[in-house]
Amino acid sequence: MTRQLEIDGVSKRYGEIVALEGITFEVRAGEIFGLVGSNGAGKTTAMRIVLGVLAADAGAVRWDGRALGPDTRRKIGYMPEERGLYPRMKVAEQLVYLSRLHGMSAAAARASVDVWLERLAVAGRRDDDVIKLSLGNQQRVQLAAALVHDPEILVLDEPFSGLDPVAVDVMSGVLRNKAGSGVPVMFSSHQLDLVERLCDRVGIVRQGRMVAAGTVDELRAGGPEELIVTAPDAPPGWAAGLPGVTVVGQSNGSTRLSLVDGADDQAVLRAALATGPVHEFARSRPSLTDLFRHIVSAPAEGEPA
Amino acid sequence: MIWLIAGREIGTRLRSKAFRVATVVSVLILVGLALIAKLVGSGPSYQEVGITPAAAALTGSVTSTATAIKVDLHTHAVDEATGRAQVEDGKLDALLVTGTSPIQVVVKTDLDDGLQSVLQLVAQRTVLDQQVTELGGDPAKVAASIATAAVTVTPLTPPKNSNSQQLILGILTSVLIYMSLLLNGQAVAQGVVEEKTSRVVEIILATVRPWQLMVGKVLGLGAVGLIQVAVIALSGVAAGVATDAIDLHITAAFSTIAWLIVWFLLGYAAYSLAFAGVASLVSRQEEVAAVVTPVMMLLIVGYVIGISILPSNPDSGFVALLSLIPVFAPTLMPVRLALGVVPAWQAAVSLAGMIVVIPLLLWFASRIYSNAVLRSGARVRLRDAWRAA
Repeated sequence: MTRQLEIDGVSKRYGEIVALEGITFEVRAGEIFGLVGSNGAGKTTAMRIVLGVLAADAGAVRWDGRALGPDTRRKIGYMPEERGLYPRMKVAEQLVYLSRLHGMSAAAARASVDVWLERLAVAGRRDDDVIKLSLGNQQRVQLAAALVHDPEILVLDEPFSGLDPVAVDVMSGVLRNKAGSGVPVMFSSHQLDLVERLCDRVGIVRQGRMVAAGTVDELRAGGPEELIVTAPDAPPGWAAGLPGVTVVGQSNGSTRLSLVDGADDQAVLRAALATGPVHEFARSRPSLTDLFRHIVSAPAEGEPA
Repeated sequence: MIWLIAGREIGTRLRSKAFRVATVVSVLILVGLALIAKLVGSGPSYQEVGITPAAAALTGSVTSTATAIKVDLHTHAVDEATGRAQVEDGKLDALLVTGTSPIQVVVKTDLDDGLQSVLQLVAQRTVLDQQVTELGGDPAKVAASIATAAVTVTPLTPPKNSNSQQLILGILTSVLIYMSLLLNGQAVAQGVVEEKTSRVVEIILATVRPWQLMVGKVLGLGAVGLIQVAVIALSGVAAGVATDAIDLHITAAFSTIAWLIVWFLLGYAAYSLAFAGVASLVSRQEEVAAVVTPVMMLLIVGYVIGISILPSNPDSGFVALLSLIPVFAPTLMPVRLALGVVPAWQAAVSLAGMIVVIPLLLWFASRIYSNAVLRSGARVRLRDAWRAA
């Protein structure tokens, strides 16, 4: 069995506000796991609990079957949502300090800092105070801070926010690379296209619970399937009488249909051909964005829609 | 881990310009005070008195009388013409021209009061000796028996135990300990808030426990503060001894410094923990002042009481009582120790009080800090920080 980071039934409340309500998911070694959800869904709280920065009210976090203790936590690379570095400390010096806090020897820390500054293209600024760097470069240093101690686990809260497209590519490359070397990578993001492209598996969080988790394909398979039929000569209402078929929308000669289970799609095709030429006949899965909207906008119990 | 954190604090603090300037300025002020004391103290002390051959018989009498009434003077045998020229130049303060009453004295503008008294007594002696001789007595015998006459003083209240040297030491100790507690305590508070403002605290807390971060900061800044206090105190005492502004046995000087350092450490431990705890409640440097003010007031009250009451009244029972209370002990006890007015049991009680209070403060401050340091944004109320566990 591959090693995995398990978040098992973790709950957290701040006074009256419930931030997490028994959230459960796992991130396997070597996979990139994307955590999506609207603001306040509990993503940041979940990550802070994994890091031990916050204490959970209930539940457990395990790595490789064992409860995550301070020694293992030190091997996590973490990028908090609120970026933070000492503003008046030199870039390289700061990174060496942080990697030593993560348990590295001074010599190993210096070597690793050199490698990462080079790789993230900020080596030229190594002796500048962080505050003198541009925001983009500060982000790179922040990423270096999460990676420089050669972490066994990566937990990144909104790593792509505020990055320019080049930096997004660099970041994506680094995450793939780390996952490729067997590190479980977990990150949160609002950029769903990026999540869809990058993640092996995705979890959708809503009101402190994991409402859906799986590969992007699995999630999309669970969503409502539609049939797209493009028949330019078809009159409006051509499909209305077909059994088990509902017209979702029609525009520019293209009709989106939703079929109940067992409905005969070939009957739909025949009906379409009867109206004239058919240019497209395809089953369509919703995009992650559609799915996300669908899940997040559905009212939950006890909550006004 | 704690040492790593302390090490960063030490490095950062030693490189801080504000810290270096404060240290250098303090040393310069102390050395400057010592130099000023030397210049003011040793300038006009000796009267230079020229004595012409005609007045040479008075030389012994002038010297002994001056010694008896504590006027410092040097006598120089000169001829009258040279003497007058030297008085004119200011090399001599006075020139005795005749040896019999009335004694004629040449001065540039006027005669020093002390020297006036000396010469008045010498003149009276001369007349008295003449009368004694005329009456058939021996002036030397009369002088000898006069010399044995004395006044016995019985004070109803024992004299104050402190001399002016100790008073100076006491005041300097008071200022130094107050300044160092204030500056280093504030450095702790600002450091805590800097980590909150920059949000770096969240990354750090992913690797260490909150109390470790707090204690590391307190230790690091404390180590630097200790060096600072020791350097300032040593250079101050060294300058004082070198310029004779302070006339102390080496052991007394070192015991003063040793007590100063002990009390700096105790006071710093207590106050910096309090500063760290309250500072963790706020997220912006602008709010630091408001939140540390109550703690700072305790420091200031102790200092003001010490500096305003102790110099004039070192034996004050009120101050003695306050100096036993841990809150005020760091600002008052070292001053009383420098004044040399502390019975051993009082020193022991105040030390014991601190040793009990510091672990309590550590526990209290850790709890506040752990609960508040990750809550950025609005100021956290002390009660909330205490309750949320």
